[in-house]
Formats: sequence, C-alpha cells, structure tokens
Amino acid sequence: MDFQLSKEHQMARDLFREFAEKEVKPLAIEVDEKHEFPRETVTKMQKYGFMGIPIPKEYGGQGCDPLTYAMCVEELAKVCGTTAVIVSAHTSLCCDPIMTYGTEEQKQKYLVPLAKGEKLGAFGLTEPGAGTDAQGVQTKAVLTEDGKEWILNGSKCFITNGKEADVYIIIAYTDIVEDKRGRKQKKFSAFIVEKDTPGFTFGTKENKMGICGSSTYELIFQDCHIPAENLLGARGKGFAVAMHTLDGGRIGIAAQALGIAEGALDRTIEYVKERKQFGRAIAAFQNTQFQLANMATQCEAAKLLVYQAADAKATKSYYGVEAAKAKLFAAETAMDVTTKCVQLFGGYGYIREYEVERMMRDAKITEIYEGTSEVQRMVISGALLK
Amino acid sequence: MKIVVCVKQVPDTKGGVKFKPDGTLDRAAMLAIMNPDDKAGLEAALRMKDEDPENTTVTVVTMGLPKADEVLREALAMGADEGLLITDRVLGGADTWATSSTIAGALKNMEYDLIITGRQAIDGDTAQVGPQISEHLDIPVISYAEDIKVDRAAKTVTVKRQFDDRYHILTAKMPCLVTALSELNEPRYMTPGGIFDAFQKEVTVWGRDKLDVADENIGKNGSPTVIAKASDKVAKGKGEVVTPDSPAEAVNYIVGKLTEKHVI
Repeated sequence: MDFQLSKEHQMARDLFREFAEKEVKPLAIEVDEKHEFPRETVTKMQKYGFMGIPIPKEYGGQGCDPLTYAMCVEELAKVCGTTAVIVSAHTSLCCDPIMTYGTEEQKQKYLVPLAKGEKLGAFGLTEPGAGTDAQGVQTKAVLTEDGKEWILNGSKCFITNGKEADVYIIIAYTDIVEDKRGRKQKKFSAFIVEKDTPGFTFGTKENKMGICGSSTYELIFQDCHIPAENLLGARGKGFAVAMHTLDGGRIGIAAQALGIAEGALDRTIEYVKERKQFGRAIAAFQNTQFQLANMATQCEAAKLLVYQAADAKATKSYYGVEAAKAKLFAAETAMDVTTKCVQLFGGYGYIREYEVERMMRDAKITEIYEGTSEVQRMVISGALLK
Repeated sequence: MKIVVCVKQVPDTKGGVKFKPDGTLDRAAMLAIMNPDDKAGLEAALRMKDEDPENTTVTVVTMGLPKADEVLREALAMGADEGLLITDRVLGGADTWATSSTIAGALKNMEYDLIITGRQAIDGDTAQVGPQISEHLDIPVISYAEDIKVDRAAKTVTVKRQFDDRYHILTAKMPCLVTALSELNEPRYMTPGGIFDAFQKEVTVWGRDKLDVADENIGKNGSPTVIAKASDKVAKGKGEVVTPDSPAEAVNYIVGKLTEKHVI
C-alpha cells in the first residue's frame, strides 16, 4: 500500500492548483454573485484538456486515470465549487456513459468533441416526481413504427450544465413489464439528445442556494424526435446505465466536496493567524487549535476515501460502495468543516467577501445531488447486509 | 529548425530562501520551479514549433542536480520534444563562468539553429550565463528579448530588445542566441495527458565525459567567483503616503525630502 502520489500525479496536482489559483479563483466571487456561468474559464479548461481527463486519447481525451480527474475537481473546488461541478457533470455524467456504453459511431460523433471540450455535456435523470425513487420517472420514449426514431415526452429538473450543454444523456422509460407478482414495472433506456433538437426546450432556471454560477435548468421534451441510433446501451437497460454513471459521478462530487472543505480550511488557517481578540491572534486559543485539528483530520480522511474510490474505479469493475462511502463522508465533511470555518470567522464569516460563506452554501448541495447522503447509506448498508 | 532552450531549476523564492553554511543556496531545502525568464523562452520556442510543427524541434537543456529532471519533465509536458540533463558531481558549485563553459561544452556536441536562454535566473540574478554561452560558441547574441521573430527562409532572427526607456530592433543570422524576458509572453500550462507522457519519455543524461570543456573551467575549482557573504533580501520599510492639497505643496514636500536626504 502506497500513500505517496507518483511524480506524475504530483505534477498534475501542481498544474490544477496553479490553474485554479490564477484562472478560477479571481472570478469565483463574481460567478457566485451574478449567477453567471463561467464560459471563459470553460474555454480555457478546454484548451488545456481539463474536459476529458479520464477519457482515452483515441477519443480526444487526456488518457489519465480517475485519480488525476478527481484531483482536478478537488483543486478547482478549493477555489470555486461552481467550476468544479461543471467539469464533474460533464466528465462523469456525460462523457463516461458514452465511453462505457456507446457504440463506436456514438463515441466518434459525441465523445470525441466532448472529451476535447468542444462540446459540453449534461445528464438528465431527476424529475419533479423522481429523485431518489427512479421508478417515479414519467419521461417516456416511444419507438416510431418504422423503427427509425424515438419520440420523447416529459421533463427533467435540476439539470447541471442545463442550458449551456450541447449533448445530454436522458433517461426515459421505454417499456412497462409485469413482474412475477403481476406488479407493473417501468423499464428505462438511455438516450443521447442534442441541443436544438426540435421539441427540446428549456424551462425554469433554478435560483439556488449555492453553486450559483452553475447553469441548473429544467429540460422539456414535447414530441422530441431522436434518431434510433441515439439509444445509449441496450433498450430497457437504462437504469443500469444511470446507476453506473452515478457511481462514477459520486467520485467527482466527493472530490468537489473534499475541495470545498480544504479550501475553507486553508482560508480559515490564514484568518485565525491574523484575527486578534483579547490582544492575541485567535489561533492562540485552544478552541481554535482543536477545531483546526479536527477539521484537518476530517479532510485527510475524506481525501483517503476519495482517492481510494478513484483508484477502485481504475481497477475494479464495480466500485459503487467505495464511491458511496467517499461521497457520504466527503459531503458531510464539507458541510461540517465549512460551517465551523464560518463560526471561526465570526461576523466576517457571514459576509460574502470572506468566501467561507459561499463555500458553506456550496457545500450543502454535495449532500444532496447525485444521490443524497441517505442514498449513499442505503448503498453501503445494502452491500453489508446482502 | 532546431531550437535549444536552456532552463534552470530555481528555488521558489515565495517559500523563503535558505542558505548552506558556505553561503551557497541550500537548494534541496527549498521548493523548486522553472526559472520564469527561461519559461518565457521555452514558450517562445513552442510558439515557433506551433507555426511549423513538422519542421521544428525543441530540445530543453538544464544543468543541475538529478532532481533538475523535474523541470525537463515540465518542459516536455508543455510540448518540448527532448530533454537533456547535464549532471555530475564534478560540476557542482559552478559560478556563471563555469556554468556557461559547461553548457557550451554540451552545446558543442549538439545541433542547433537557435539557442534561447532566460535573461537571468531569480536565484543568482546575474544575467551572465546566456551571453557567456554565446561567447564560448562564438555566435551572435541578442539579449533582453521582448519579441522574437524568425525568418526561416533567410535563416535570421529579428528581436525587439528592451533597452532602458526604449527598445532596439536587431536582426541576427542563425545560429545565434537570444535571452528572453518573462514579459515576452504568457507561458502555456501543461496538459494532464502531457504530464503522463513526459514521464514516459527518455531524458538524456550527460555527465562530465560527454562535455567538450576543459577541466579548469568546470565546477567549484573552475569558478573565479568567490562569495564573500550571502543574505536574504532586506524587507523594504513601509512607504509614506501623503496627500498634499496643491501641486505647489507637493513639489515643496518632495524637494524638502530630497534635501533632507542630501540628494539635492
């Protein structure tokens, strides 16, 4: 067992850190305040290959491992949660399922421009009545009689990269079957849908608590015709596509949560050395010291879980439990650490320009999206009790 | 066109400067980066390669401890083609004379049309090594380059050279040497895939035996410079901000200060 990063990984981390400090951090407050998608940053990330880190080179990616990708999301999240989730949703939720389930034609047509960053990706599973309970999905796809097209009807909500994306992976039910007891069950399929397809429009832009620069939209499909060849994976196997995709996505979100926690802790360490109360820096008080010690330990533990999950994705065919543990712990660490950081900042922590306030708002969503903490507990306990 | 870029691994002075008892830098104890002027020189070379990738090679040369391999990997990850590390215990403790003699000793065994070095390194700040290399090789040098243009057909380099309050436009025939300023450009980032590829590549390592240089010109013994004393730079005192009500008052204030310090 080796806890040392290789020289390659260390250099990659330095690269991501330098990029985040120079290109992302200066915009983070504005992106949050104006609820503005950081398009310029995405263009820069495209130039340097950040939008296809774990995708093989023959498909336009960088050919790196999931750990390198997770470190990229982590370093971005240290300075801007919004920028981190743009990369995570694009890579884990759109590139990865096409890489895993796509035909060679689908990979050439969609994955190559996505991995090069020429196009941005998104993923749609959640609906107003279907979050954790996927059976609640109402979006339906029907194959035309000539078998050439699917007709999609329904809507998706809370979609990250919503209006900014070019390519969407959409989960819809295509069949209803009866199980042994005669209960009806929906069978899902996954589809690749392009922006500007007739019948595909955008609904409400969500006004969120955190990750405010991320473009979160409702997607609406009204008699939206999709070519039959855009079915991703086998018909009726869409639930497996979605679950596999979310297993990978959870590593990205865990890395985001880890980065947010580390970023808040870094700022707090600087602050407590400068802030004076009762004639000395608040770093001199044991309460501060013990809080910092606890937070640093939580971050380190989260990091080990995230890196372990990333390593599992590279080496195992099923890594859902590792991903669930990493996301559960990293997300709860992010929420706990950022809340304590705001407390150590005192009144200033509640003020926007001190940034830990934004990090606390950004942290909350990591406990919710791509599977709530409760879902992660279900996944972990399910594996323990099977 | 064959471009050789000389780079140096320097201590990252942002992390504080540490010295050995003999007054030389304790490089092992400090974080290391590619010298900023050298990085700008590398970027200039890579842009020339971008213009004609088929007919341009960029070779990066560094001299230092085996650890200096890191800057070569970084250069390869940015897009350089080859790396050469000059390292040998007998080369240690070199001043600018011994360093330039050593690097020139390597370059004599290499092919090049254009050599680019940084203006100066942030650790020594001498700005001597680049021009000295050109002297050893007997080729033209243009220093302080703000802009570099290459005419491949005419085999010339035209450089906008920073000079006090103005600049010079100078053209030299290749082969020649140019020293680059960090103002020359904004160096590109590495790419993640480029980093992993860089560590797969072979970096050439040359010891003393591969160098065309006399023994009396290498290492500590070949260095005429003797360091009398080295110290961290002294922090400047806080400035004084004054807001006079009128230009006349401002002039009086400045004249008063200059008189007080016996400047006028």
